Amino acid sequence: MPFASAPPIPLPADWRDFLSLTKPRVMSLVVFTGLCGMLAAPISVNPVLGFVAILCIAVGAGGSGALNQWWEADLDAKMKRTKDRPLPAGRMEPTAARDFGLVLSIGSVLVMGLAVGWLAAAILALSIVYYAVIYTIWLKPRTPQNIVIGGGAGAFPPMIGWIAATGDITLMPVLLFAIIFFWTPPHFWALALFVETDYAAAGVPMMPVVAGHHSTRRQILVYSVLLLPIAMAPFLLALTGWIYGLSALVLGTAFLFLSLKVATFRNAANDADMRAEKRLFAFSVIYLFALFGALVADRLILGVSA
Amino acid sequence: MTEPDPMEQRRRIICGRNAALGLVLLALVVLFFAITIVKRMA
Repeated sequence: MPFASAPPIPLPADWRDFLSLTKPRVMSLVVFTGLCGMLAAPISVNPVLGFVAILCIAVGAGGSGALNQWWEADLDAKMKRTKDRPLPAGRMEPTAARDFGLVLSIGSVLVMGLAVGWLAAAILALSIVYYAVIYTIWLKPRTPQNIVIGGGAGAFPPMIGWIAATGDITLMPVLLFAIIFFWTPPHFWALALFVETDYAAAGVPMMPVVAGHHSTRRQILVYSVLLLPIAMAPFLLALTGWIYGLSALVLGTAFLFLSLKVATFRNAANDADMRAEKRLFAFSVIYLFALFGALVADRLILGVSA
Repeated sequence: MTEPDPMEQRRRIICGRNAALGLVLLALVVLFFAITIVKRMA
């Protein structure tokens, strides 16, 4: 029976699998912060070129996400959260994911350069290399500080949005970069605390796996304390108006309060279900959306801009 | 219920991929036209 023993021909990857390679949920945050950076800039950009810039930021993020999934397919297969992704689930050839990521990454940089400007394209290229190479290949498997340094990759979009509008790097986009840079460790470590078993199984040296819960919680608090003055800095330096200043103060205080709960108020019930960590993680996403929303509101309502 | 025919499933997936690729290429053409018009007007 020669036909019975022949292996079944695997089905080709669906277009939805290619879409999921781009990490659409991460992309939504990237698009939002990039758009806010652009809208908060003092120079308004042509709507078509603005759309192209945001599209390039989104596609570049998608390309680096695909390259990340191509490189980490073996790790993803070991984690409950990621084992159903197209590569570990066997629905896609690794080379297809790699080529897809490369086409999106190179294409987004070229279009950004030709349509918007080469400074914005250079920063976009830097952010892609930072995420796909420096973070994914170099830092993530080697050091528990991976999130701290790798946080830079997610901090570029508002800077790119700003540069796309102005063609220039000033203090404000650097501060926007710093806000996301200091926001990233508490955000990811809160997640890492309640999915720690997954990271441990995959051998990823996330902070809770290497340094333990106590140290991670203390460091979450340290970064949250640092985040408050950094988020307030645009207002204190008179680069924004009171809408942003008040929002940064209220949101930052709430962030700090939730981090304090993660760092100090421990009891058996919370240790079991990680309620405080899950709450901080959920709030950190709201925090970023609200803070950048306030920045744009400030510019559009009060007309204040750096 | 009968099992879906693998050849039919394969055909459907490839059709979906081709349609998605076609839409992306069409969108790129429209986008490049729009960029060209804006750049020439500037």
